[in-house]
Amino acid sequence: MSAVVAEHDDHHDDHHDHGPAKGILRWIITTNHKDIGTLYLMFALAMFFVGGSMALIIRAELFEPGLQFVDPQFFNSMTTMHALVMVFGAVMPAFVGLANWMIPMMIGAPDMALPRMNNMSFWLLVAGVLMLASTLFMEGGAPAGGWTLYPPLVLQTGKAFPFAVFSVHLLGISSIMGAINIIATILNMRAPAMTLMKMPLFVWTWLITGFLLIAIMPVFAGAVTMLLTDKFFDTSFFDAAGGGDPVLYQHIFWFFGHPEVYVMILPTFGVASTIIPVFARKPLFGYSSMVYATASIAFLSFIVWAHHMFTVGMPLAGELYFMYATMLIAIPTGVKVFNWTATMWKGSMTFETPMLFSIAFVVLFTMGGFTGLMMSVAPVDFQYHDTYFIVAHFHYTLVPASIFILMAAGYYWLPKWTGHMYNEKIGQLHFWLSTISVNILFFPQHFLGLAGMPRRIPDYAVQFADWNMISSIGAFIFGISQLLFLYIVIDTIRGGTGEKVSDEVWEDAHKHGLEWTLPSPVPYHTFTTPPTEIPTEHI
Amino acid sequence: MDQNIPQKNLKLARNLLIIAIAMFGFGYALVPIYDVLCEWKWIERDRPDAIKQAKEMAYEIDKEREVTVEFIASLNENTPMIFRAETQKLKVHPGEYHTVNFYAENKKDTDINARAIHSFSPAVVSSFVDTITCFCFDEQVFKPKEAKKLPVRFAVNPELPKQYQTITLSYTFFDNTEKSVKK
Ligand code: HEM
Ligand SMILES: [Cu+2]
Repeated sequence: MSAVVAEHDDHHDDHHDHGPAKGILRWIITTNHKDIGTLYLMFALAMFFVGGSMALIIRAELFEPGLQFVDPQFFNSMTTMHALVMVFGAVMPAFVGLANWMIPMMIGAPDMALPRMNNMSFWLLVAGVLMLASTLFMEGGAPAGGWTLYPPLVLQTGKAFPFAVFSVHLLGISSIMGAINIIATILNMRAPAMTLMKMPLFVWTWLITGFLLIAIMPVFAGAVTMLLTDKFFDTSFFDAAGGGDPVLYQHIFWFFGHPEVYVMILPTFGVASTIIPVFARKPLFGYSSMVYATASIAFLSFIVWAHHMFTVGMPLAGELYFMYATMLIAIPTGVKVFNWTATMWKGSMTFETPMLFSIAFVVLFTMGGFTGLMMSVAPVDFQYHDTYFIVAHFHYTLVPASIFILMAAGYYWLPKWTGHMYNEKIGQLHFWLSTISVNILFFPQHFLGLAGMPRRIPDYAVQFADWNMISSIGAFIFGISQLLFLYIVIDTIRGGTGEKVSDEVWEDAHKHGLEWTLPSPVPYHTFTTPPTEIPTEHI
Repeated sequence: MDQNIPQKNLKLARNLLIIAIAMFGFGYALVPIYDVLCEWKWIERDRPDAIKQAKEMAYEIDKEREVTVEFIASLNENTPMIFRAETQKLKVHPGEYHTVNFYAENKKDTDINARAIHSFSPAVVSSFVDTITCFCFDEQVFKPKEAKKLPVRFAVNPELPKQYQTITLSYTFFDNTEKSVKK
């Protein structure tokens, strides 16, 4: 083992002297955390547009009642693939990309703990997503039973079924390796002066997310393996004919699935807690309560899974337990929202694009939290379950929350990464178009759900026509507005406004985070000797 | 940088990997855990063995009240059988035992192994219905064209909350021939 380590060290030093390898090979063999971060972010952005196109197919079909463009089987494939691509191809990789770029710079480390594994986890992700995408072209079509892959329905998938399972395996292995790497980096690679309770919240939230991932991805891999053996090797885990029980799958899936939604939101919280203090020109309000709130949300996320299953027929005690446990989550979540608001309170705020997206996140995420709270009430969830109401709920927690914060992160750190300033006017235009259209898109879905429109259907009763049309219009405005972001990213890489950005980029940012003490653009290797002074304005 | 860090990283990575592998095992451990929780009635699922062991209870019969029990018979996917309830509906007093029959026939010229799963609607009433004879859960072998009369003996527990006036008991036959024959 140690021989391997020594070899790696030489390799690393090599790079140190020569900078990045030339040409395309640089991107394939790179073990540099910044390169790998860039790869992850670019891949995530590409998948964001792939998944977004699928969403637009869905919304085009739902623009009017009746079947217009696609057949129902393909429609169902689109809802399934849209979710899988967005969760495993866009949001999760984007946060891993940010972790790769920022965590070493935020804690004063020269690189990630295990740079080669880092390279491997990225390429496994690409392999997993490509395998998933290939199912679209197989006999019988891509999986169409929903991203939750419930049996017995999912067992009716055609030739694509085993490939979908293997792609989940690959994605799982990739995330576990990524998580191991991030945890090892945070625990072992910090500059000596960077104690745990001085770590920026983005680092804290990723540390906790890393543990969540290690705990849940294997469980999901196990669940899909059971599906696979049920289908091909005559086991009967979920097969009623053989004495199994499909409801068991739901329990296993949601044991993974509920923490999984927090995998997507905890790093979001971390970035928001990083950006808001800088633009409010105040320290973060309640740093340590933020850390504890994050940890308690992560803990609670393991004991509330059956709130997704209120209607499967649990005994009363089970319904009550899962109802109250779920409501408990609102407390640490409320602490966080309170702290962000208190950070802004009486701050000297300015409203550059990253801050605008962060403020919209605080407001709109809270709306998603409220609908979550409504659905945690078991008896009323019988009405909301499997309707558009829940579609509205989780899209509020994911699009104007996770996605908005990813946008904010892009605007916030792009000048540091590239050394160029993005075009603020276009950034703000992107913000306003996104914020207005995301509400046109998702707010009416609350009404549709309350009126009883089920989710995952290609056609609907005419009484739902108006709100669906409005929602689809919002979807197209939102989708097209995102091209502005693509434009800005490319434009900034190529020089942006041409303005020379300072090292701190944002006023006094160097008091908030180590990354702003580095030159802009960031050199290929940073903190080869650990920094001795740690900014403390963020705590 | 501290010379030990690469070693520390590998050690931590190895420990974390062990946790991940253990969690994969935990996913499988959830299968027996689920069975135990069902037995304790923390999670609803009627246990075949619980039904086999059930004895007739001496309930106090509630003559004041009547509950309608409906019987539904259905077949899963392509199960090659004829299956119906001989009694569609029955009004019972809570506490009274009744026996109803189902009729099942193999339509094929070969043996089939079939298994019936029952379910209650609304689901919460299942703990208030005692079934003491039941053809559910056990795999049944049907000879070619064989027909069987399958009895169900049950009582509604008088503690059933008042708001439930109709209970539906449904049985579904699943064809399990392929898997059973391979075993
Ligand atoms: C205050 C916090 C929250 C509460 C109380 C809450 C509660 C719930 C409940 C009860 C459901 C199940 C509804 C049903 O199926 O009938 C649900 C579904 C869902 N929630 Fe939340 N939630 C919260 C926050 C979040 C966050 C932060 C995310 C993601 C970032 C999220 C993502 C989801 C998703 C994806 C589903 C639907 C899964 C599916 O069926 O496909 N929720 N939530
Ligand atoms: Cu949940």
